[in-house]
Amino acid sequence: MAIRTEHALHRSRRSRNVGVGLVLVGFIAIIFGLTVVKVESLGETDSFDQIRGGVLLPGEEDPLK
Amino acid sequence: MTDISADRPYEAQFGDYFALLKPRVMSLVVFTALVGLLVAPVDLHPFVGFCAILFIAVGGGASGALNMWWDADIDAVMRRTRRRPVPSGRVAGDEALAIGIALSGFAVVMLGLATNWLAAGLLAFTIFFYAVVYSMWLKRSTPQNIVIGGAAGAFPPMIGWAAATGSIGIESVLMFALIFLWTPPHFWALALFMRSDYDDAGVPMLTVTHGRRTTRRHILAYTAVLAVFALGLATTSVAGPVYLAVAVAMNLWFLKGAWTIFRRDEDMAEADNFAVERAFFRFSLLYLFLHFGALLGDAALRAAGIV
Repeated sequence: MAIRTEHALHRSRRSRNVGVGLVLVGFIAIIFGLTVVKVESLGETDSFDQIRGGVLLPGEEDPLK
Repeated sequence: MTDISADRPYEAQFGDYFALLKPRVMSLVVFTALVGLLVAPVDLHPFVGFCAILFIAVGGGASGALNMWWDADIDAVMRRTRRRPVPSGRVAGDEALAIGIALSGFAVVMLGLATNWLAAGLLAFTIFFYAVVYSMWLKRSTPQNIVIGGAAGAFPPMIGWAAATGSIGIESVLMFALIFLWTPPHFWALALFMRSDYDDAGVPMLTVTHGRRTTRRHILAYTAVLAVFALGLATTSVAGPVYLAVAVAMNLWFLKGAWTIFRRDEDMAEADNFAVERAFFRFSLLYLFLHFGALLGDAALRAAGIV
């Protein structure tokens, strides 16, 4: 018996598979969107290897000026 | 799901699973949660607000699936619920349980991550309250089941408010009270004209356990208390002229309907096929919709700087 690529089962489950697929795509979009919004709401951030915003010791001259 | 024989009777479709989430109840959850979120005095990022409402809706839907899993035996008997996915055999009970639990956990965690953990905790409590306290425990054991079940439906605006503000306020408590006290008259009016359903299913509705006379008295009493709380909400910061006008008109109308129901006896009701009770039930839907719509209207007026 030949193995057919499409069984009746695949057809009858198509709506489920498409539905679950769309839900997953939507979920990815939501996680991505939430990440963008959350990161943007942090505002400007400092990291330690940048000079700007670094701490100057008393008496030191600001190298950017 | 390894059985691939061709003579399987029915393959559940995506819509059958979606029906497990009680989409019609969900629309009420979405609407009231949205109002709770929008009237809060905090500006939430629109996308975060959208996600919050979505997760509240999914959580509400999950509790609906758990309810359908547990109540399949009752649903199979009642005419109104007989065609739901589980009693009609389209979806297995186990699947409803699995979907309910999975979506509950998903919705609570995602709401917590998107907004805050107070909102997530309230959502978790709502699901627990509806699925366990109401469905499993009290629905079949006390005629006050409707009152208790109403609490579960009353939480969404409080969750929406908590998602925006991170707190619970007098405004959100009064929005809770509005739905909580509205539920009994709404469902008891339904029970008065859908009489045989609950009898057949053995659910101890007030109409069955304490009689229809008592039910009519209860409708009037709850409607009177409801009016006090509905007007009380008008004194808070979320309400304005639109809400006050709507609340006064609607509550007078609702009280009049409850009074008419109270004055009628069964002969009068049967003579016109429960016309008054049916009208009261239909009006109760409008009542809730307009109260929350009015809050939204006042929020829009405030945003436009008119009041």
